[in-house]
Amino acid sequence: MPVLTYREAIRHALAEELERDSSVVVLGEEVGQFNGAYKVTEGLLAKFGPKRIVDTPISEAGFIGLGVGASMLGIRPVMELMFWSFYSVAFDQILNNAANVRYMSGGLINCPIVIRGPANGGTNVGATHSHTPENVLANHPGVKVVVPSTAADAKGLLKSAIRDNDPVFFLENTLLYGEKGEVPEGEHVVPLGLADVKRAGTDLTIVTYGRSVLHSLAAAEILQRDHGASVEVVDLRTIRPLDLDTVLASVAKTHRVLIVEEQKPFASVGSQLAYMIQREAFDELDAPIHRLATVDAPAIYSPPVEVEQLPNPSRVLKAALEALA
Amino acid sequence: MTKKTNASADKKADASVTPTSTSASAPINQRLGKEERIELYRTMLRIRRFEERSLRAYQAKKIGGFLHLYIGQEAVAVGCCSLMGPNDHVITAYRDHGHAIAVGMGLNELMAELFGKATGCSKGKGGSMHYFAPDRNYWGGHGIVGGQIPLGTGLAYAVKYKGLKGAAMAFMGDGAVNQGAVHEAYNLASLWQLPVIFVIENNGYSMGTSQQRSSAGDLAKRAEGYNMSWGTCNGHDVYDVRAVMDRFLRQAREESKPAIIEIRTYRYRGHSVADPDNTYRAKAEIEEYRRTKDPIQVFQHQLLSEGVLTEADAAQIDQAARTEADAAADFAEASPFPTPDDIQKDVYWEADHPAERKSQGRLFFN
Repeated sequence: MPVLTYREAIRHALAEELERDSSVVVLGEEVGQFNGAYKVTEGLLAKFGPKRIVDTPISEAGFIGLGVGASMLGIRPVMELMFWSFYSVAFDQILNNAANVRYMSGGLINCPIVIRGPANGGTNVGATHSHTPENVLANHPGVKVVVPSTAADAKGLLKSAIRDNDPVFFLENTLLYGEKGEVPEGEHVVPLGLADVKRAGTDLTIVTYGRSVLHSLAAAEILQRDHGASVEVVDLRTIRPLDLDTVLASVAKTHRVLIVEEQKPFASVGSQLAYMIQREAFDELDAPIHRLATVDAPAIYSPPVEVEQLPNPSRVLKAALEALA
Repeated sequence: MTKKTNASADKKADASVTPTSTSASAPINQRLGKEERIELYRTMLRIRRFEERSLRAYQAKKIGGFLHLYIGQEAVAVGCCSLMGPNDHVITAYRDHGHAIAVGMGLNELMAELFGKATGCSKGKGGSMHYFAPDRNYWGGHGIVGGQIPLGTGLAYAVKYKGLKGAAMAFMGDGAVNQGAVHEAYNLASLWQLPVIFVIENNGYSMGTSQQRSSAGDLAKRAEGYNMSWGTCNGHDVYDVRAVMDRFLRQAREESKPAIIEIRTYRYRGHSVADPDNTYRAKAEIEEYRRTKDPIQVFQHQLLSEGVLTEADAAQIDQAARTEADAAADFAEASPFPTPDDIQKDVYWEADHPAERKSQGRLFFN
């Protein structure tokens, strides 16, 4: 199986969908001539030309709104946010217009738009550039939210996102762009809303997504080696729609749960998960549900300390031992 | 209050109403046949009678939320929408009843939507501010001031992308011109030469704040900063609206050029029905507009002077409009409400098309 970086996998998904469907357009800041602020779109302008790969001004409310409007007429825009953190200046377009227009029109309209870009901390860029808004986005019925952790998932999920007839918000991670992984050859499509058991185990279920999957897998290895604990790692991959069945099946096997997320704790994705797991699998639980989140403060700049603010393998290890105790 | 509203367009126009339109001779108006001219008049009257009837229903507590009436501004939507070709599109803000009727939506579905009924154009899910008819190229009906303007620019982008000869008319009020999203849309439209006309319906007041207290400079002239063409027109005269808009629409369709047009108009009612309208303008000002510039009266005079319409015709058209509005209210009243089971329909395309669903997992939560 070919090995690609997460970045290349996303680029391949974009190129294949641009090739397949002439209504797909990539728009965003620096996606064309500059070859992408994070080089995700490198080479696409040369291949597809300026009608399909469109550089926008720094004008998120304007160009995201334009994409929403174009999608109502059947264009399939894939909008790049240089950082998902910049969603705040386009909030009205994303969460009033894209999320609500189908409902307010009584189902007459749909918005097949994808908004993608990185949403993560850990790069020492401070609080304004380190937001992880998946909980905020997923709080809005009408939208879909995807947070891939591997190259293969990134490719397969983005292809599904582009073909989806509802607005899909695709949250990548700058610290994963260089991570390599095997990606199946040919048409590789991963359906939205399907979790993936990234590691099988019997003593503890870690429910996680995004880069925290990597930390959880690293911690699981140490737990196996040093503590003889068998940890199952469930990667949600999609936040909304949510595959709770895979989570519950794992809980029925391990009877203990640790949620790991790069989210501020209050009203996070993990909060919702914990509610649902206790509601639907109360009798399966041998212990309270544990959670490891980002330490509850704006993202700190100081490089060595930011590592400790976010989930990392040693924090996951500590939290897992508590959950197993 | 109710009586006064009902009487608003009943009075014979004052002698000071301009007898003839200076734009009657514009080619786009000259080529109108008798029936087409009467249809413009009829549509304006239908809008007014619909809205007056909706106000009575609101006062009778049949309608919830907000109700932003268009009374006084009818010539704007009717003039603009009468120019629509097959690839032209319309989007507006929350004062959206006039545009809906002007693009041909039926009074029944519109009134039923106000009543929150399942037979409403949005199945009772949108309400007054959120009318849509994509089959008539009408894309709403949007609640946030200026938020629809990037969407309208996107409609124009799609038209151009598809290689069609068409244009989008993105309507906003004079209060929207200071929103950042509007300026971002101006820039994109000019930068990418998109066929969009930004139509500012300047009724003088952004809610209760007059133009003078809210906006620096001339509203449409801001186009110059974006290297766009611009114009103004008299929103009390449907012929003038058509003459000016036709020029810019042709430019948009043929040359893919955007423009900003300020249409000067006036609303007789408060910002919404919740506005008692007693803090920011004088009653005399409203009366003066009603007496001398009412778009329906102005156009009635015009058609009478053209010999296209008789007083008897006008009375008959008015009566028919009242009857139609009353029938729409009866239809709305008799229609069923949506059920609680309908709340979670029309949220996701996929959920509404289960046979075609590709995703898995839970879309809804509790």
